[in-house]
Amino acid sequence: MKLTTATLALGVLAVCAGCGPAVNHNQAVYVLVDTSGTYTKEVNKAQGVVNYLLGSLEPGDSLAVATIKSRSFSEKDIVAKVSLTKDPIQANSQKKAFSEKMAQFAHSTQNTKGTAYTDITGGLVQAAEFLNETGAGRKTVIIFSDMQEELDYKTVRNFPIKLDGIRIIALNVSKLSTDNVDPRRYMGRLEWWEKRARAAGATEWRVVNDMEHLERVFSRRG
Amino acid sequence: MLRSLYIWPDRPLLSLLVLLVLAMPFLYLAREPMHTLLRRASRAIVRPLRLGARWLTDAAARMRTRNREVLLAHGSRELRLSIDRELERVTILVQRDLEGYPALQRRLMDEITRIEEDYKRSGEVPPPSPEWVKAIEALAKIRATGDGVVERILADIRDSLDDIYQKVVAEYRAAYQQRHKILSTCVPFWRSASQTLVQVERNITSLNDSAAKIDANVEKLESIFARRTEVENALTSSASTQFFISSLVMLIAFGGAYVNFKLISLPMSAMVGGGDYITDTLRASEIAALVIILFETLMGLFLMETLRFTNLFPLGNITEKMRRRLMWVSLAILLVLAGVEVALAVMRDSIIAADVALKQSLGSAAAVQTEASWVTRIPTFGQMILGFTLPFALAFVAIPLEYFVGSGRIVVGAGFTLLIRGAAFSLRVGASLAGEAGKLAVNFYDVLIFAPLAIERWIRKVPETASHKEKLQSAPAFPQPATSGEEVL
Repeated sequence: MKLTTATLALGVLAVCAGCGPAVNHNQAVYVLVDTSGTYTKEVNKAQGVVNYLLGSLEPGDSLAVATIKSRSFSEKDIVAKVSLTKDPIQANSQKKAFSEKMAQFAHSTQNTKGTAYTDITGGLVQAAEFLNETGAGRKTVIIFSDMQEELDYKTVRNFPIKLDGIRIIALNVSKLSTDNVDPRRYMGRLEWWEKRARAAGATEWRVVNDMEHLERVFSRRG
Repeated sequence: MLRSLYIWPDRPLLSLLVLLVLAMPFLYLAREPMHTLLRRASRAIVRPLRLGARWLTDAAARMRTRNREVLLAHGSRELRLSIDRELERVTILVQRDLEGYPALQRRLMDEITRIEEDYKRSGEVPPPSPEWVKAIEALAKIRATGDGVVERILADIRDSLDDIYQKVVAEYRAAYQQRHKILSTCVPFWRSASQTLVQVERNITSLNDSAAKIDANVEKLESIFARRTEVENALTSSASTQFFISSLVMLIAFGGAYVNFKLISLPMSAMVGGGDYITDTLRASEIAALVIILFETLMGLFLMETLRFTNLFPLGNITEKMRRRLMWVSLAILLVLAGVEVALAVMRDSIIAADVALKQSLGSAAAVQTEASWVTRIPTFGQMILGFTLPFALAFVAIPLEYFVGSGRIVVGAGFTLLIRGAAFSLRVGASLAGEAGKLAVNFYDVLIFAPLAIERWIRKVPETASHKEKLQSAPAFPQPATSGEEVL
């Protein structure tokens, strides 16, 4: 009787150590890499970010890298995607393979000419589709771009988009030469995107230009 | 709120004074009912508080009696177990040593008999022949006359005697050598007899010690049955010490369990899935690791129980055969779990090595640093040893756990009694304060209506003074004596 009580107490203690509702802790990250114009030179930085993400992702998480081109609402733009298995050893091999794919992509992109137009909205819609399919508890879109959207006259993107439950992080938003002339253009551009993201239901909008402290952005509870 | 009552808002004190003066006649008229109200309100607080204090005191007394019963029962159980253990020792001693006492005695007697015989044999010296001694005496009386024949005869006799003397002495020496030999053969027997006697003495001493311990414990048990206060105090003190020591040991064991948990939680993620969470903060792999540790502890408890080190389960009704089976099963499961932990330690090392290699290849040095915790610094072999030994070390938690549970009931009970007593005292103080506050409120009410009360006292005083004066006037200045003054003069 005494022992049963003691064991029960231990069990209750152990369970109550982390009392709280069951939460889906899996992460899904979709990285959009701008390959238009002069931004192709920044792909190496994007590779570093992806490698960092691979190091911090845990078994069960998902990651995809896609490019932003003239029209980006297409699965063909996805460079690499992976859903890590629950086994940490297998997950490690998956990460390694993903990293190699990303390296190949970075290498190939450096030798090509950037696309004429930049369809960020299309990429975002594609990202939301992918992230919602993963069913992850925490969904993130990382946009590696100067956030200057340029569409051809045929492409239609001026419709409301849905980004419910997704946080958007704009990384390495480089300043254009016109921004240097009038910084209000840069700030206005970011403000417009924030408004659009929030209106679409995004949980968070963040602009990060300091690439040295990525752990602050991608911490598990961050 | 109060401000709205002010007659002159810019002069609050004056307003309040005027209000008080205005209210004074009404307050005076309501004095008796207000006094009753204040006294009853005070009583309404005091009585439940006193009732509560009394109930808590009774509860504390009941709890103390119950604690005392538990304490004495616990103490008597401990003593009984101690006596049982001593009796078991005595039984083993008697069975092992005293069972062979007849054989030992026989051996001892044989040795003593042999020593006696040898001793006798060593003491036997061949006596010289009496005739031979007489012949020598007769020859010694012959005088030397100078006769050549006689002289020659005597010389021959002397030579013969010398020869005989030499022969006798040689025989005598040989006989002594023989006796010494016999005595030297006795030495091992003496030693053996001495050793046997020492062993007997040791056994008897051990038996005496056990008997003394049993006597002391029986005496304590008698004191417990007699419910002596000093025994109760000694048992309480002993329980507190046991509680403290067992808590300390349990804390150390928890430290061991934590290290064990850290060792196996990561590799468990390869078995049950790395990213699964049971609750907001607890991963499935951590729960699995915890379950393994709890299983190890449980098996340890069973092992200690079946080895009779602890007495947590009512295993008295199972047969000895079943107990042994349980013991072997517990030990086997514990061994299997220890083996699993060794495998997990190896797996852990390989997972960490692969992870570090990947992160290094990715070039995220910061992430590598954060993963390199203190556990990774223990070499693989050390982790394997830890993984194997910790389950067995955890098994010994059963012993402090038993003491913790046993003494915890007493210590917590005593603490709870103290708490109830403290609460009863607080309630009593509260009741007293409420009573005094009631009295104070009555007095304060009278202070507020001091003016009407003063007038009342003055009005009451006026007729009293008048009647007093009347009494003084009606009374003669000097008492009239029964007889006339003239007669006195």
